[in-house]
Amino acid sequence: MLGKLTWDAIPWDQPIPLIAAALIGVLLLAVIGWVVVKGYVPYLWREWITSVDHKRIGVMYTLLGIVMLIRGFVDAIMMRAQQAVAFRSGGYLPPEHYDQIFSAHGTIMIFFGAMPFMIGLMNFVVPLQLGVRDVAFPTLNSVSFWLTASGALLVNLSLVVGEFARTGWLPYPPLSEVTYSPGVGPDYYVWAIQISGVGTLMSGINLVTTILKIRAPGMGYLRMPMFCWTSLCANLLIVAAFPILTATLAMLTLDRYLGFHFFTNTAGGNMMMFENLIWAWGHPEVYILLLPGLGVFSEVVSCFSGKPLFGYRSMVLATLWICLNGFMTWLHHFFTMGSGASVNAAFGISTSLISIATGVKVFNYIFTMFGGTIRYTTPMLWAIGFIVAFVIGGMTGVLLAVPPADFQLHNSMFLVAHFHNVIIGSVIFGAFAGLTFWFPKAFGFRLDEKWGQRAFWFSFAGLWLVFLPLYMAGLQGMTRRMQHYDVPEWRPWMILSAIGVVVMLGGVICQVTQLVVSIRNRDQLRDETGDPWNARSLEWSTPSPPPTFNFATMPNVENEEPYWQIKQRAMESQQLGDEPHYEPIHMPRNSPTGVITAFFATVTGFALIWAIWWLAIAGLVAAFATFVVFAWRDENEYEIPAEEVAHIDRHRRATRQAWLDANGDAIAKEVA
Amino acid sequence: MNSQATFQPPLDYDPYKLGSNRKQRGAGIGGGGHGHSGGEATGHGEGGPASPRVIVGYGFWIFLLSDIIMFSAFFAAYAVLDTRTANGPTGHDLFDLRRVAVETSCLLASSFTCGMSSVASDARSRLWTEVALLLTGLLGLAFLLLELQEFSDMIRQGAGPQRSAFLSAFFALVGCHGLHVFAGLLWLGTMMAQVWVKGFRPHIVHRLLCFNLFWHALDIIWVALFTVVYLIGSGS
Repeated sequence: MLGKLTWDAIPWDQPIPLIAAALIGVLLLAVIGWVVVKGYVPYLWREWITSVDHKRIGVMYTLLGIVMLIRGFVDAIMMRAQQAVAFRSGGYLPPEHYDQIFSAHGTIMIFFGAMPFMIGLMNFVVPLQLGVRDVAFPTLNSVSFWLTASGALLVNLSLVVGEFARTGWLPYPPLSEVTYSPGVGPDYYVWAIQISGVGTLMSGINLVTTILKIRAPGMGYLRMPMFCWTSLCANLLIVAAFPILTATLAMLTLDRYLGFHFFTNTAGGNMMMFENLIWAWGHPEVYILLLPGLGVFSEVVSCFSGKPLFGYRSMVLATLWICLNGFMTWLHHFFTMGSGASVNAAFGISTSLISIATGVKVFNYIFTMFGGTIRYTTPMLWAIGFIVAFVIGGMTGVLLAVPPADFQLHNSMFLVAHFHNVIIGSVIFGAFAGLTFWFPKAFGFRLDEKWGQRAFWFSFAGLWLVFLPLYMAGLQGMTRRMQHYDVPEWRPWMILSAIGVVVMLGGVICQVTQLVVSIRNRDQLRDETGDPWNARSLEWSTPSPPPTFNFATMPNVENEEPYWQIKQRAMESQQLGDEPHYEPIHMPRNSPTGVITAFFATVTGFALIWAIWWLAIAGLVAAFATFVVFAWRDENEYEIPAEEVAHIDRHRRATRQAWLDANGDAIAKEVA
Repeated sequence: MNSQATFQPPLDYDPYKLGSNRKQRGAGIGGGGHGHSGGEATGHGEGGPASPRVIVGYGFWIFLLSDIIMFSAFFAAYAVLDTRTANGPTGHDLFDLRRVAVETSCLLASSFTCGMSSVASDARSRLWTEVALLLTGLLGLAFLLLELQEFSDMIRQGAGPQRSAFLSAFFALVGCHGLHVFAGLLWLGTMMAQVWVKGFRPHIVHRLLCFNLFWHALDIIWVALFTVVYLIGSGS
């Protein structure tokens, strides 16, 4: 009846996961209880859970990303603590638990921390920057989000029901085959990633279609903001790479569940095919995460330098080059496979070529700042920190791209230091820069500057304190994923790195404090104009937070910085343009399809993990029924009457006019 | 803050430049459904958002491309493993080209009837759309049954997917296509019900278009599969 699921699935003998799970459970129950007692459930259901508004979905994606980043960071603390104490001793984590922790850390950080964070930013910002009202497929967008949340739920469920994979964040066979991993760990991994992967793929299709087909009149390709360009390339990569992941994990699943021989040692299976396939997805994945981050920095650097982005067209070219070249480097993840000197050399060269495009970008950021009036706000600090971290991390990457050097450094702590250096420096810093930059647009008030800057300095210092020692340990021959070691030379580096993680924890605490303090002081931090940073692209022409329909009338784009132009014109003439003619607007209706589909996907996933076949079939049938019911609906749009549109937009115009009147004299003086 | 009234064309004004055709795009153009102007715009940039028909079709094309990439991974796995027979049967021993020829005929014929359904729905003929879709479904079902018969024959001979890496790759690749045909049949059933009850509403016509694209894409994949797996496999 319940397949492999018994009471033994709960790790009664391991206090750490039990206590952690109990804490999370209590916290979750407390939040749910608070929501129910306060009577927020109908509001949440109506305005958020069933929402198909790209802004709401973007915010929920980002929130999921933040929660999962913290969850993954707890794993990081545990790993650093283990390696700091596990010198000639077992440490405090038994090997099978330590192995689960490093696997869960990587899986959660990449799939459920960084990905939702970046997709959330893209979801929120891209339609606003393109001057349009929604993404191409709003309900699909909701389905994508809830499927991602479903995957995150399954991964976290493994903490207390059963176990997680002990195979690393990419489950290499034959270790992940049923012979060597008979437990449910890899199954949790596979089904969680498959479910959220479907969500990511649909999100990619959605955003590509949006960017290529739905833009404000006049916004040709070479007038799109840089963030839209990098989002386009990241989503093209999603569309091209995620199907490979789906196929690869499906093959592993067939091996595990039905005794196929794709990657086994026996009957002609080929385990190196798994590495080739998984990295054919995995390397583009790096750029799926990196490119939106680079887009954020383009917006931030240009805004806070008070200048248009330097070398816009070269940025576009560099982005496209990364998008294309990112697909031609996967083999550098296993130079040691032994494919011969020529193949390794070809992939070494193609890897080095990437650094030309990233170099173009770094120089463009620097030249954008050069001669500008720089404001050192929190987003700008993250951007400058990124440049430093990315250049250093990038150079160690070029080192690793040289096959002879890679033979020494493969699978070492040097590699671990390299990719954390790059990913934290670009993706995570980019996510935080984007968060502080666009937070006022989403919620109508800015985040506290003081705590934001503290968060930056702690994270920046922590980054070096954690990972510079790991570079050194790697150069001294320490391999990754060691539960214990007995080389005295490595020990100081491990202790230093553990101290670094405490500094980084300071950064996390500052971030959370920043959110709390900002929400408490939201009245002082209120942004009335909708343009708190004196920014340049179209999202800032809307009020904060923007109305459901974003733009009362669709903007007409005449150059690369349409909003900057509108603003300058208004300041010169000391008045806004004529009031436009308002028409009724049709918006998509909210739909519970996403959350219901995801519920059945979670049930199906759980049933497949524990081999509860009847439940898996029931879940699939129910998901199909949901799809049929949704397709049957008669009304999928509602109308916002012209008067309401006019009312909302007149309020926006009034606040803008008030700002002009208040600042008009100063501007007039400046112009004169 | 709307710009149309204050805009003066600069001296080097080029009417053919992107975004220059201002007169046809006044303030009111955003009136259509969530950002879709509903006009003739193709979405190539200058004319504003494309029409829903273009958006839906385009999005579905991108999905199909991603699906084809997924198949390409299975094809790649098959190409790597097709000689790894572990001393078991090869394609030459197993494949029955006559049955595969009938399968292929069924699928190609179903693509033709599927095309006819699109002609019928263009003519807004509910009856003929249903007839053509029904024929498509029956031919697809025949294909699927023949494939299942082939699978069960092979498994009965001891040539199941557990026998060798070659057979694993074969069953996964062909089975993945079969699974797509099965999903297509489910979709087809819901489309027939929608056309029957609701008729040719715009979004149902868009879905019929997408279904057509899907069904033809499965045909294209089958042609590749027929060549790579069956023709080459039974020759060697």
